[in-house]
Amino acid sequence: MSDMALGNEHHHHHPFLQHHFEDLGQQHEASTLGMWMFLCTEILFFGGVLCAYWVYRVMYPEAWAVGAHLQQTGWGATNTIVLIVSSLTMALAVRAAQLGKRGQQLGFLFATLIFGTAFLVVKGIEYHRHWEEGLFPGSHFHWHEHPELAQKVQLFMCFYWGMTGLHALHMIIGAGLLLWIMWRAYKNHFGPEYYAPVEVMGLYWHFVDIVWIFLFPFLYLIHEVHHG
Amino acid sequence: MADTTEHHQLEHAPHVHVTPLWIYIAVFLALAVGTIVTYLASLVDLGMWNTPVALIIATIKAVLVILFFMHVIHSTRLTWVTVVGSFLWLGILFVLTFADYLTRGWSLFK
Amino acid sequence: MTTATLHDVRLSGAASDRNYFNDEYGALSWFLTKDHKRIAILYLISVSVLFVIGGFFAMMMRIELLTPEGDLLTSDTYNKFFTMHGVVMIFFFLIPVIPAVLGNFLLPLQIGAKDLAFPKINLLSWYLYMLAAGIGLIVIVTGGVDTGWTFYTPFSTQYSNTHVFGTTFAGFIAGFSSILTGLNFIVTIHRMRAPGLTWYRLPLFVWALYATSIVMLLATPVLAITLVMLMIERTVGVGFFDPALGGDPVLYQHMFWFYSHPAVYIMILPAMGVASDVVAAFTRKKIFGYRFVAFSSLAIAFLGFLVWAHHLFVAGISVYSAMIFAFLTFFVAVPSAIKVFNWTATLYKASVSWQTPMLYIMGFIGLFTIGGVTGLFLASLGLDIHVTDTYFVVAHFHYVMVGGTVMAYLAGIHYWWPKITGRMYPEWWARLAALLVFVGFNLTFFPQFILGYVGMPRRYHAYAPEFQVLNVLSTAGASVLAVGYMLPIFYLIWSIWNGRPAGKNPWGAVGLEWTTSSPPPKENFHETPVVTWEAYDYPGMMKAMGETQHV
Repeated sequence: MSDMALGNEHHHHHPFLQHHFEDLGQQHEASTLGMWMFLCTEILFFGGVLCAYWVYRVMYPEAWAVGAHLQQTGWGATNTIVLIVSSLTMALAVRAAQLGKRGQQLGFLFATLIFGTAFLVVKGIEYHRHWEEGLFPGSHFHWHEHPELAQKVQLFMCFYWGMTGLHALHMIIGAGLLLWIMWRAYKNHFGPEYYAPVEVMGLYWHFVDIVWIFLFPFLYLIHEVHHG
Repeated sequence: MADTTEHHQLEHAPHVHVTPLWIYIAVFLALAVGTIVTYLASLVDLGMWNTPVALIIATIKAVLVILFFMHVIHSTRLTWVTVVGSFLWLGILFVLTFADYLTRGWSLFK
Repeated sequence: MTTATLHDVRLSGAASDRNYFNDEYGALSWFLTKDHKRIAILYLISVSVLFVIGGFFAMMMRIELLTPEGDLLTSDTYNKFFTMHGVVMIFFFLIPVIPAVLGNFLLPLQIGAKDLAFPKINLLSWYLYMLAAGIGLIVIVTGGVDTGWTFYTPFSTQYSNTHVFGTTFAGFIAGFSSILTGLNFIVTIHRMRAPGLTWYRLPLFVWALYATSIVMLLATPVLAITLVMLMIERTVGVGFFDPALGGDPVLYQHMFWFYSHPAVYIMILPAMGVASDVVAAFTRKKIFGYRFVAFSSLAIAFLGFLVWAHHLFVAGISVYSAMIFAFLTFFVAVPSAIKVFNWTATLYKASVSWQTPMLYIMGFIGLFTIGGVTGLFLASLGLDIHVTDTYFVVAHFHYVMVGGTVMAYLAGIHYWWPKITGRMYPEWWARLAALLVFVGFNLTFFPQFILGYVGMPRRYHAYAPEFQVLNVLSTAGASVLAVGYMLPIFYLIWSIWNGRPAGKNPWGAVGLEWTTSSPPPKENFHETPVVTWEAYDYPGMMKAMGETQHV
């Protein structure tokens, strides 16, 4: 490949500049645009199940209100705050990377990981409760307060488990990515010239936060419907 | 030679826009307040307005995160198009699906 | 300047013996490659294998339908065969074929880039495709699936005792492969174009891939989540879509077709892109109304999302929404017609060279038009209710998908074969194959329009005796078609070793891909090209050639 290198031999390359990009600016823009495109698909991915959720919410308003009241709103609100804090620390980690402050960056990334894990722990506690209460859909489902609504409440719980489960899966993947970014930050890979991976990680993390911002009112805070 | 290379690198390095710290803190506080307001609003009976209020607050929170945490406010027009476009497409899914569900009860001949 | 010339000579000397084929050797250099051209070759081999498998099921069905009695296949086997024909052909052939083979190979070449923006993701998408195809093959050999390629609930979730889970899981994974390809293309087109290559200088194939990628990115995730819900419903036994458990089966159809209608445009848009490039090259003219053709791709991509419920007219949706969807469906005809008219206008008074790619594209234009116009019949509520679930529908979508997409794919693979392999295919055999494909196709599917219109339902292995004549014609056509499809597999492979060396630009075509050697070197261009000409600048090229001759 010495022929290929001829044209470029007077440039000295940044160690993380990939061969098919002209410069770091192009590489950075490609990475962030790629993540945005991925988030587009994520919006439609969550959007699909959300559409189904709303169809049935409109069909069965009573069951949806009853289902939401089976949730522990305190836990849900706590988790919302926890996730927002993690989003803040993530944003600050990106800022630290932009400024080339390695120590700060590692600290904020670690904090993000801790809050993310805290979210998953709380979610686990909730899941455990629901399991014990027989609120897992399928043959485990034992909930008899309003027999006439049981089937529809089960449908609500399907959406609850499905949507929060999908969200939790994204959190777990995000935590894995965080570990990788932390390792790279520890190796001092990032600085004002090259911080695209941190930025992209941030975009993903904030997106997962936004999903929860909608899931919280949709699954925990449905007000009783009054018949009139 | 080294100087020109350096210049070249700087010219083509990513355009860094560092958001001031206070903006991040302010957005965080707004999000926290939004969460509390959503919660409180759900306790009050607003009649038919409970759902719209919850939706509006959630949307405001999401917009704040997108604009500031995700840096869209300083991003290229392409990023704006991407964000707006994907929500527009989600809108297509919702509007046309509900065009069916909400009109099923209507009757042509009564 | 003198040094530059010497430099060029040395580079071109190096270029003649170093290319992406012989740059590295060994199986691993292929299976771990990040070169878009090698990944395209991997896709080419895999989709060809899947095409043969899908074709086998089609052939078996056509043989069964020779006689009115269900004598060759039991009704259960027949159900599995049409399902697996649909699943294999749609998810594993038609969706990836042009983007993943021709698009992968050509997109960086046509925009003067060294590779796609994310080469590793590109390789990953091939592995996802192979994983999905592998699961699909396991399903096929362990007993198959019988729901129809649409997996309609509640049959798929409650009643079918075949491998629905495996098949839908394969579809889910194939979806991610498709999403990653689309993502890669969009970022590449936005960020990797050569200096001077503005949007309006792009080949229309690139515009078409761009529009296709938008559809892949925005439609596929909805299918993915729908299939997840279906899989959960089937395994956990809850009622997302099962009416017995409070669900609504029509909701499944809404969400399924939100993807699967735009998916038709994932298949046909890149085909239209191939048509534009080929028409320009073989008429030696600029495409008439370049900007209209470019933007009609985007318009089709957008409008394609607004029409899905025309698949649900008899499923119990509200009459009002049916009217809206029927009305919106007519709008898709406008940008499609713009394209057809512009290709035709380009052909007007042109001296056309009738080589194989052009023959296929002429077939494409005609057959796509028939497929599109019959689509309008089906969009009309009244007629649709008459011919729903008949062979009229089968004929319609085969005219679009096979007459459209497959014809254009064959045009593209012949047109770019010299670039891909550095060798010419044998022209006589190729023309013969093109003729067989065209005749065989029409003989197979035109009778099906009539069969459907007079009431033969689809998806049955037996039928009323009065339909036999047309069915025999159709099966005869399918045999001709099969020969037409098998021929290229043989002569193209033969030509890799025995074809005439093609040189850089055997067609004298305009476009960056024709400025580099054939096959291209590993990083496509020895120096980043700078573009100073408009797309399809054939008049400019002819003029330049005229001047050099005078000198």
